[in-house]
Amino acid sequence: MSDGQLNVSSEDKNSPHIAVVEDWLIKAEALDLFYGAKQALYNIGFKIPRKEVTALIGPSGCGKSTFLRCINRMNDLIDTATITGSIMLRNTEIVDKSLDVIELRRKIGMVFQKPVPFPKTIYENVVYGMRVAGVKDRAILDATVESSLRGAALWEEVKDRLQESALGLSGGQHQRLCIARAIAIRPEVILMDEPCSALDPRSTAKIEELIHTLVEDYTIIIVTHNMQQASRVSDYTAFFYEGSVVEYDKTDAIFTNPKKKATEDYITGRFG
Amino acid sequence: MVVSEKIAARKQFWKRGEPWVWITGGAASLMLLLIFILIILIATKGLATFWPAPVTLVTMADGSRILGEKIETESDRKSKEPKIQFKIGNRDIYGLDFRWLEKSKIATESFPPDIMMVEREEYGNFYGYFSGLKLKNIEVAGEGATESRLRDALQATADQFRSLQIYREKIAEINARMQEIETAEKKAAYYDKDQSRPSGVQQEKALLQEEFNRSLDELTLQEARLTENTVVLTSIEGTEKEVALGHIVRVTWPNRMSSGEKTNYYFERLRELFFDNPRESNTEGGLYPAIFGTIMLVFLMTFSSFPLGVITGIYLREYAKDGPVVRIVRIAVNNLAGIPSIVYGIFGLGFFIYGIGSRFDSLVFPEYYPEPVFGTGGIMWASLTLGILTIPVVIVSVEESLGSIPKAVRESSLALGATQLQTLMKILLPMASPGIMTGFILAMARAAGEVAPLMITGVVKLAPTLPLDGSFPFLHLDRKFMHLGFHIYDISSQSPNVEAAKPMVYVTTLLLILIVLSMSGAAIYLRNRMKKSFTMSAI
Repeated sequence: MSDGQLNVSSEDKNSPHIAVVEDWLIKAEALDLFYGAKQALYNIGFKIPRKEVTALIGPSGCGKSTFLRCINRMNDLIDTATITGSIMLRNTEIVDKSLDVIELRRKIGMVFQKPVPFPKTIYENVVYGMRVAGVKDRAILDATVESSLRGAALWEEVKDRLQESALGLSGGQHQRLCIARAIAIRPEVILMDEPCSALDPRSTAKIEELIHTLVEDYTIIIVTHNMQQASRVSDYTAFFYEGSVVEYDKTDAIFTNPKKKATEDYITGRFG
Repeated sequence: MVVSEKIAARKQFWKRGEPWVWITGGAASLMLLLIFILIILIATKGLATFWPAPVTLVTMADGSRILGEKIETESDRKSKEPKIQFKIGNRDIYGLDFRWLEKSKIATESFPPDIMMVEREEYGNFYGYFSGLKLKNIEVAGEGATESRLRDALQATADQFRSLQIYREKIAEINARMQEIETAEKKAAYYDKDQSRPSGVQQEKALLQEEFNRSLDELTLQEARLTENTVVLTSIEGTEKEVALGHIVRVTWPNRMSSGEKTNYYFERLRELFFDNPRESNTEGGLYPAIFGTIMLVFLMTFSSFPLGVITGIYLREYAKDGPVVRIVRIAVNNLAGIPSIVYGIFGLGFFIYGIGSRFDSLVFPEYYPEPVFGTGGIMWASLTLGILTIPVVIVSVEESLGSIPKAVRESSLALGATQLQTLMKILLPMASPGIMTGFILAMARAAGEVAPLMITGVVKLAPTLPLDGSFPFLHLDRKFMHLGFHIYDISSQSPNVEAAKPMVYVTTLLLILIVLSMSGAAIYLRNRMKKSFTMSAI
């Protein structure tokens, strides 16, 4: 691939290899997304399994983050974005304009690339989602803080300084705090948009470990640039290219026996 | 080779930007130097004003003698001869307070210890000798013309003057009641066309008038008694002058004051500055009403400017969809900050005073016609005008501080199921608050320093009453007010005695700067506390 282009035929895009998933939680069908006149996603259609980790991989600008943001309707913030097609969360249509977005976002949590703790105490950061939902019971909040911080493997480190500013934590702790904040509202799905790209290797290892434990209770979709990370943490992997899903399969299959040449080129590092 | 190396080295010199560092550094130091000079000049002149200067007795070569405070030395523009300015006082004798003496013609200078300086309520200072007391209706111990007798007599006069306060209060009370009745009458005359007024009111009015006259007569009589006691002063030429004790503010012997006495004198003058009213067409006395007016004006301004500016800024940044209209509004707001302030003054006059004020008057106070209540300049209209003047600063700071919050913060909050309003209230506004405070500081500093728009919206040279006092309804937003900035303009260029007003100009300027600095200082302190708790940079 000397010219830096991946050789993906239009046939590959139009007839992608899609694995069969029986126990699905989220199902995309014929999903197109436009930013103004520019199309960013083409005919996305695959099923995301329940309580498994699904990794979205692909080069920069391939649409994997865009797709992730469709799932909790973050693209609503962009005025020019228009979506057609369907994403189902069980039997709820996410693309539906009349859907209560607030309600949806309580079911689908999100962890961003750059961890941004709010300028509040650690305690208030964790309970923020519950506070905005109107929970006032101190006992419930206290219990949630402990369980969420334990769930994010942060409890032991911060239990003595819950009332201190969250801004004083380290970068890796920030990201785990953001995970704790996300799971505090008991979502069904956690979307992770390159959660480790701003972290050092030790913190990255901790987050990956955490993903392994979280998947027992949550369905996780993770966007990553790091191929090794995708192979380490995920059960299923979707390879995105130029706004389309080229191949979607069990992670083992994708990394050991890709069906498409383009996928093989990408994961073996001949491109990207 | 050597030449080309030199050229290369020179090129390197320019490339690295060495001169640029010097230019920028030089510009910064120049600015610092200018500010430093300004502060030093105003501070030294302002702070030194109240320190008692020695009184010099000058004997000229021709034998004439002159008494006065040395003010400054300058060389004559034409002859290049040095000359010295003396404050000779005694305006009632000489006509002028100041005199220039050629240094070459001065034979001797001395500082006789028994020279007295008398600060009077009229005609400025008197420099001379104390030569007698004529007491008619107060008793003090001792005989003849001793200084302790003079002090006692002055003390007694001051005590008597204070004791007359009862009469003044009574007169003020009667006045207020009379005004109330007159207002009620005006109202009745306006609304009751048949003019059938109850006679009880007439009776009360007559009674009040009688009491008023009686009290006033008594007060006048008592005050006249105070001026019957006089002190006889002799100027250096031997001219005798009798000054009523009641008209004397302060008596000192500057040439024999110890440093402790001088310090006392200094603080006494400072107290006078902060808590007394001006005298002698504002060139002497205190600045209390002007200080009060300035602070209150800025305070009232914040009520109109800050809420409106913040709300507008939030709308423009958070809710308005970006497009040509928003962009035009933004450009307009930015340009508003560049409009000359006198234009805002004219707007305030035309829109607030003539437009809203006079309509308000005809709706709410028709009985006062043709006297205006809100239809003339006053502290409310002046503060609203300043509010409009400072709103752009607030809007821009709100917009910029909201805009500088990373997108990720908004998204994190929304992703947790918060609404846009919750995100704004719980996350964005606290995070933006230090930036918004900066806008407030700038707006307050600008408002405190503006004079031009005030001149046509209600500032006056001398206001008889404060906009906030003990009489109902306590806050009188329709009243005219005094202002330090206008005070500076007034005494420095509109005063009949510019030379005598000079020290006061420095003092007032220093005070204005101090007020602006302390208000900004308080706001900066608040901002830093907010910064600590609300922003990422605090780590």
